[in-house]
Amino acid sequence: MKTSTTDPAVSARGLVKNFGRTRALDGLDLEVRTGEVHGFLGPNGAGKSTALRILLGLLRADAGSARLLGHDPWHDAVPLHRRLAYVPGDVELWPNLSGGEAIDLLARLRGGIDRARRDELVERFDLDPTKKGRTYSKGNRQKVAIVAALASDAELLLLDEPTAGLDPLMEVVFQDVVLQAKAAGRTVLLSSHVLAQVEKLCDRVSIIRLGRIAQSGTLGELRHLTRTTVEAETERPAAGLAELPGVHGLREERVDEPAASEGSGAESGAGGGGQLTGSRVHFAVDGAHLDAAIRHLSGLGLRSLTSHPPTLEELMLRHYGDELAANGHTSAAAAGEGAAR
Amino acid sequence: MTAVPAAPAPAPARTAAAGTGATTGTGTLLRFALRRDRLRLPVWIAALLLFTLATAGKLETLYPHLADRATIAGTMGSPAALAMTGPRRYVEGYTAPGGSGFGAMLGHETIGFAAVLIALMSVLTVVRHTRDEEETGRAELLRSTVVGRHAPLTAALLLALAAVVVLGGLLALGLGCYGPTRGDWHGALLYGAVCAGVGAVFAGVAAVTVQLTEHARSASGAALAVVGAAYVLRAAGDVGDGTLSWLSPIGWAQRSYPYVDGSWWPLLPTAAAALLTAAAGYVLSTRRDVGAGLRPPRRGRPAASRALASPPWFALRLQRGLLAGFGCALLLLGGMYGSLLGDVDDLLGAGATRRALDPALAQAGGASLAESFASIVMIVNAVVAAVCAVLAALRPRAEESAGRAEPLLATGLSRTRWLSGQLAVALLGSTLAMLLAGLGFGAAGAASTGDRGLLLSLPGAALAYAPGLWVTVGVAAVLYGWLPRAAPAAWLVPVYAFGVGYLGRVLRFPDWTEDLSPFGHVPQLPAQQLDLAPLAVLTAVAAALLAAGVWGFRRRDLETK
Repeated sequence: MKTSTTDPAVSARGLVKNFGRTRALDGLDLEVRTGEVHGFLGPNGAGKSTALRILLGLLRADAGSARLLGHDPWHDAVPLHRRLAYVPGDVELWPNLSGGEAIDLLARLRGGIDRARRDELVERFDLDPTKKGRTYSKGNRQKVAIVAALASDAELLLLDEPTAGLDPLMEVVFQDVVLQAKAAGRTVLLSSHVLAQVEKLCDRVSIIRLGRIAQSGTLGELRHLTRTTVEAETERPAAGLAELPGVHGLREERVDEPAASEGSGAESGAGGGGQLTGSRVHFAVDGAHLDAAIRHLSGLGLRSLTSHPPTLEELMLRHYGDELAANGHTSAAAAGEGAAR
Repeated sequence: MTAVPAAPAPAPARTAAAGTGATTGTGTLLRFALRRDRLRLPVWIAALLLFTLATAGKLETLYPHLADRATIAGTMGSPAALAMTGPRRYVEGYTAPGGSGFGAMLGHETIGFAAVLIALMSVLTVVRHTRDEEETGRAELLRSTVVGRHAPLTAALLLALAAVVVLGGLLALGLGCYGPTRGDWHGALLYGAVCAGVGAVFAGVAAVTVQLTEHARSASGAALAVVGAAYVLRAAGDVGDGTLSWLSPIGWAQRSYPYVDGSWWPLLPTAAAALLTAAAGYVLSTRRDVGAGLRPPRRGRPAASRALASPPWFALRLQRGLLAGFGCALLLLGGMYGSLLGDVDDLLGAGATRRALDPALAQAGGASLAESFASIVMIVNAVVAAVCAVLAALRPRAEESAGRAEPLLATGLSRTRWLSGQLAVALLGSTLAMLLAGLGFGAAGAASTGDRGLLLSLPGAALAYAPGLWVTVGVAAVLYGWLPRAAPAAWLVPVYAFGVGYLGRVLRFPDWTEDLSPFGHVPQLPAQQLDLAPLAVLTAVAAALLAAGVWGFRRRDLETK
């Protein structure tokens, strides 16, 4: 994990943005440290693009403050833009300009282009720079913006779902060049839906939900904060486990010794006829209570134990699973309840 | 994208009426199009109807006596007025007794103007439902359903036809029941029919132009160029011997002479032209793929030239097609008017008649007939240049809403420089187009009259309109900067200027109506004296509007997709 002691590259406090009656951002806090690749996750309409556009000075926040590389993004938009590069999620090109012209235009307006690097990127992304804007497919339009962004010497890359429409081969190339950018000391804020991409690239992630940050930290921290799934087999019935704090979604099966391998168990409390010789349990436990739960299990005569940390996908589902019924819940409560489903 | 094969096999449940042919789904598309245009087309139709009926009513109150009509007939018989409105035979009908005298005035004054607007309605309707749909990719989605190859074009043509037929019917009904022409059903029906006929022809023209290129803008532009050519041909014919008018659909409409001679047969070439152009559209559409033009897109440069990153050059690159098109059109338009100047002197040689033609110009004194004519028709050139100015000045709006401004404004390019570059192209481009009109006017005028002084005086007279064009760009800029959604309201400037310039004198609009138009303050050179004060004020107003527009754009949110 690379951390920096310098000022954060991006820091936003309490950003609010309304579009008419819709509140797109509702007190968003965001911090991106210099030199890190920061994942920005959230469902469609959560406010990711709005937040990025405020950081770019294209939109003006109704409340809150933002600092980008130490400057105000609205007031100092132009000098800041010389130090950053942006890839929109939905790239539109000029119908009568070729892709190569669009790349050069964007990079030059940003303050310069590394010719060799530009040609290398065009080659790696397998892009035909002579085609006119109208004739590119969605993926190829994205490539034009990605090449333009990465061919310039920007300190900060703001990437808004940059690989939407790219094929898996190009996805690999993209991950490779982002890691190169990171190795060169650049900071990246990467909004994405591709969880494998985020797990591979990002040092830290922020999860946005209904216009505010639901959770932020390293993937390790996020996993610690959320629940670990535990499956265990014990010699004695798992009495008292359900009463432990932080244990959720407990399922228990009785196990008959001879038939255990065939898995012929019955629900506990169902009053089955076989001799009760053991118990198989499945539950999720909050990171803070994992220790107590495992101690309790070992007191029951632990025969086998498997546990796995939540995948990023599970993390996301925990935050968004209740999106439809979200009104009236705080984000912390929502995160807790999501796991029980 | 590849061509979708003709109609997909219909599900067994579909009735025979749904069909399996190339026009399957036309009915559904037509209902869908009606739903999309449920506000737009009624507004067009109501505006054109009210305009015609209001003009008819106004004529009755302004010219109640035969003597009044005889006087205005003198003015409207001048070559300049004929070039603006329509053929001379209407003028002879002005003094006919009863309603037909007013009918002749109405036909003379409004058919040409209404024909241009009806053509515009037809063209925009057809383009919106065909090429626009293809360009945005929505057509692909529709064509993947049970929709035949020719269904979208058929639905668009039927929609445009329905609109002009309804308009024609309402015009006939309105003129038959209201105003000085009430009761003359033959005239009213013919009037409605010729208006509908013009609309039908230009729907067919648009059916051809939408096949040619990939872009809806170019398709509209090409069709509107044909509308412009039709207007200009009939102007040349109406001042000259009338031959050229027969090449123009607008000329056919006018030469039915409703309320004068009332002949129906010019509707024959009209119907033939409508059918032929529509058929050509169908044939051409089978020779291309969905979303493609007839010409395959060319390859571009692999890298950008040095100049492209300079905002004005970049804006010029985006707009060069538009500016080149308007430049050529205005050169030709000016040249056409210039070639009429020789006829003007022949037509009315006596200085005494001139005083009756246009008292305002006669007051200036010393102007030749050719100069009076040039001063009056110059406004048409200025209005066309203003259309160019509005199109160019609204380009930033198109770029922003298409999402193409966003990546540029996320670079080191400031909003001020981006917008200034675009507006500079609109300012200089429309000025140059106007100068070309003046050069064409002057060169052809000098050739036809032998007066070499026109070589300089007419380009100068054209340039006097430049501050008015700048104000037009300024109005668009202010709207764009502060109320981007209302930016298309900038179209009111050329439409209003044309309306006042065209109808103001006959309908005796009060002076303030002309003062509202930026072109109302421009000295009418070369007949009038050059007065720099109004030009300086217009320039200052334009500068203020432009600055306010840029300021507004700097402080508002960018509109994003």
